[in-house]
Amino acid sequence: MSWIEKDAAALTDALAAGEVTSVELTQAHLDRIAAVDGGERGVHAFLHVDAEGALTQAAESDARRAAGTPLSALDGVPIAVKDVLATTGLPTTCGSKILEGWVPPYDATVVARLKAAGLPILGKTNMDEFAMGSSTEHSAYGPTRNPWDLDRIPGGSGGGSAAAVASYEAPLALGTDTGGSIRQPGAVTGTVGVKPTYGAVSRYGLVALANSLDQVGPVTRTVLDSALLHEVIAGHDPRDSTSIDQPVPDVVAAARQGAAGDLTGVKVGVIAELAGEGWQDGVMARFRESVDAMVAAGAEVVEVSCPSFVHAMAAYYLILPAEASSNLAKFDAMRYGLRVLPEGVDSPSAEEVMRATRDAGFGDEVKRRIILGTYALSSGYYDAYYGQAQKVRTLISRDFEAAFEQVDVLLSPTAPTTAFKLGEKLDDPLAMYLNDLATIPANLAGVPGISVPCGLAEEDGLPVGLQILAPALADDRVYRVGAAAETLLTKALGGPLLDRAPTLTETGAGA
Amino acid sequence: MSATAADLMAYDAALAAYDPALGLEVHVELNTATKMFCGCPTGFGAEPNTQVCPTCLGLPGAMPVVNRVGVESAIRIGLALNCSIAEWCRFARKNYFYPDMPKNFQTSQYDEPIAFDGWMDVVVPAPEGSDAEDEVFRVEIERAHMEEDTGKSTHIGETGRIHGADYSLVDYNRAGIPLIEIVTKPIRGAGERAPEVARAYVQQLRDLIVALGVSEARMDQGNLRADVNLSLAPSGSDVLGTRTETKNVNSFRSVERAVRYEVQRHAAVLSSGGAILQETRHWHEDTGITTSGREKSDAEDYRYFPEPDLVPVAPSREWVEELRATLPENPTAKRARLQAAWGYSDLEMRDVVGAGALPLVEETVEAGASPQSARKWWLSELARRANDTGVDLVDLGVTPAQVAGVQALVDAGTINDKLARQVFDGLLAGEGSPEEIVEKRGLAVVSDDGALGAAVDKAIEANPDVAEKIRGGKVAAAGALIGAVMKEMRGQADAGRVRELILEKLPVVE
Ligand SMILES: [Zn+2]
Repeated sequence: MSWIEKDAAALTDALAAGEVTSVELTQAHLDRIAAVDGGERGVHAFLHVDAEGALTQAAESDARRAAGTPLSALDGVPIAVKDVLATTGLPTTCGSKILEGWVPPYDATVVARLKAAGLPILGKTNMDEFAMGSSTEHSAYGPTRNPWDLDRIPGGSGGGSAAAVASYEAPLALGTDTGGSIRQPGAVTGTVGVKPTYGAVSRYGLVALANSLDQVGPVTRTVLDSALLHEVIAGHDPRDSTSIDQPVPDVVAAARQGAAGDLTGVKVGVIAELAGEGWQDGVMARFRESVDAMVAAGAEVVEVSCPSFVHAMAAYYLILPAEASSNLAKFDAMRYGLRVLPEGVDSPSAEEVMRATRDAGFGDEVKRRIILGTYALSSGYYDAYYGQAQKVRTLISRDFEAAFEQVDVLLSPTAPTTAFKLGEKLDDPLAMYLNDLATIPANLAGVPGISVPCGLAEEDGLPVGLQILAPALADDRVYRVGAAAETLLTKALGGPLLDRAPTLTETGAGA
Repeated sequence: MSATAADLMAYDAALAAYDPALGLEVHVELNTATKMFCGCPTGFGAEPNTQVCPTCLGLPGAMPVVNRVGVESAIRIGLALNCSIAEWCRFARKNYFYPDMPKNFQTSQYDEPIAFDGWMDVVVPAPEGSDAEDEVFRVEIERAHMEEDTGKSTHIGETGRIHGADYSLVDYNRAGIPLIEIVTKPIRGAGERAPEVARAYVQQLRDLIVALGVSEARMDQGNLRADVNLSLAPSGSDVLGTRTETKNVNSFRSVERAVRYEVQRHAAVLSSGGAILQETRHWHEDTGITTSGREKSDAEDYRYFPEPDLVPVAPSREWVEELRATLPENPTAKRARLQAAWGYSDLEMRDVVGAGALPLVEETVEAGASPQSARKWWLSELARRANDTGVDLVDLGVTPAQVAGVQALVDAGTINDKLARQVFDGLLAGEGSPEEIVEKRGLAVVSDDGALGAAVDKAIEANPDVAEKIRGGKVAAAGALIGAVMKEMRGQADAGRVRELILEKLPVVE
């Protein structure tokens, strides 16, 4: 097995044992990126690769390791970062033309924490523009391809991070999850993705899509790797007043405990509302098998009803655009980013430049949501739309509270379908939005969730994800049950799901 | 674009036909060390765009954090205005595009202000020359809320305004500085005294802010900004008329003048069958008129919604009570106390208050000057200069400590009142402390007998007839000789010593 195929936990052991250096690991991943990411049929997980910076950080890591002063267990393990997180000296475009060429003068708190823990940053990963989408097709820089089938979407908005990890371009990646942007790409690429409790990880430096829903989280190939990364990035940040000022639960211990595969005494609930019409048969089949495997491992299962979840999608598509429309107002060509002068206008006014820039710089999906959000907040409509949506949000939180009185965790498939074809739903926003049906409620209520690979759908041979949700602040429970499910499912599958992915042919130069 | 005056109705006629309703929105820039939502310093006068960070520049990804001192100041202002303090309130985004607003929304408060439902008893001085009592007028406070300031645009071009500018520069040092906006309920029933009520309210509010120590509260520097809303209703009608909001009112005097002007303008429009346009108007200090700004209406939609990046502010009742205990003395009680302590007559006190000089006189007395001398300098010499330059007394640029310093020099005999005026010239010209100015300008009174004696001899020689009169017992005639000596010494002679010398040299012949 080559270095790039090893998971991060194995790499930390190898680094500690002196079997490999961080420079070698980093170079191996850079070579992999160069081999499979670029070209017409490349994965295109990266928008920007920082080979020089990553190798410099790797050399520093090796020096620390030699001096016996590593910064953390993950010191020297390279990572990819979603392009929505501010990185000093590295472009941060959010997948948008309007931020082309912008280089932040500061690091997002999570990025600063990666650096403080010694993880070399390989580059910035592709995403739907401003994280608006479920397929990464809304990136202004072209879509990312799913390594399982290059004609299919890798999920979104964090398709880049998931595809990078699935195609062995990076052992670890950071994603952000507003309505499923970590978990749904995880499901359709056969990787692990975690959305922590809202406030568990700082949002400072995360270019906000919807501030009250966004959360940064790990994208990895194993549950333990996610826990190791979670430990690095989580914890209170005085720069983010919505971040939780409490000790981080011991997620690594929880993941190690869960890996034994014993679920004795654990009560799991299957969400009744997340099934039925529109749910792919192969997805439901793998999901039911997963539940059966958990029961066989000692879990007690009940069906739980969360009646308000049927309104989650509607509420989400009012709250998100409302917040986004205001967040995106700052892109006005005055201080940074793209500036477009209107054609045929002599000495245009600031307002004319703003209009021309926003017209040229934002893609259709972004414009669609700005219009939607502006409308939802307008006087006379606010109560009927934004106000009602907030009430639905409260009801969804109550559904979760009631459910977690009965069970320890809730289960559902992560996404209703497997990866669809590139272009298939691009002109049908509503069909696209339905991908997030199962993931949105967790964002509306702020609870943590994980997606774990649970097999391939019969009809198309593509990965299916199992979603596990826990109460707010119980992130450790997500890892414990997630790791148990991973152990059980890996055993049932006879090995990691990703081992079944087709081998990528080399396509030439990377991003 | 030159501003032209509108048709006006005579003030008395306007008041005979209409009842004015006032509304005042005052923005107070707090003197916190750091900005409302980031750690940037707030000092005035720094190089443009040097007191900025990702948060106050609105860079993608940056987040706000509430300044606790800002909240504390807001609560203290609210308490001093007899407001209720919210147990729980949120910030809200006020969305609109403008280049000097980094995020294109202002973080403010909307339907959940930190302080609400208060009042202030405003003492409106009786008209000059009348022997009526001062009138106490209760102004109801609707709310006081927290928000952030915007950046500052400078339009470069012939007009200095955005229209016709060649280009504009924006300084974001001011962006994010904490503001408290204090909004009155409609003030009705002031009648013809509406302009004075408006002025007295702003003036008294400023005194209160200064006493709280939460702001420099200088109108000329924009620490305190008043927007004046005015509408007229036909006399006796309960319905409020359409209002205008006048901005750029930068002194107490302008508050009064702007209200008066708008009363007359509204009356002229309404009486000729016209309708008042709901709009923002700009006050022009130089010409004393208002001109139309951008059209504004309640239809302008700021799409307020709760700021999702900030957690609610929930001041504990214990904290609120702690802050209540730090409030300064009630202004009305304080005025009575000071009048008694200073031994001022009612008229003297009224003049001091009317001139907005109460805190100035108080500080001057605290700095060591006698109450009468403090009043004298502020209300005569300095008030005249403020009036000449069209600024409020507080904004003149002379501090109470300096006035006390000048008076100390007078008391010590170093200078006399006449020379003191030249010291004030020096202070306004920024020439240093009173002592330094006396030194540099060579203003000290001469009491040296040698120099004075020579000047006295010269005066006697030049005025033999006057000398004769004095010798003959008409001591009062000495005044003419003193005048001559003073002229010779360019005012710098110690008049008392000169008199003594004259009488010594010209003993009365029995
Ligand atoms: Zn700042």
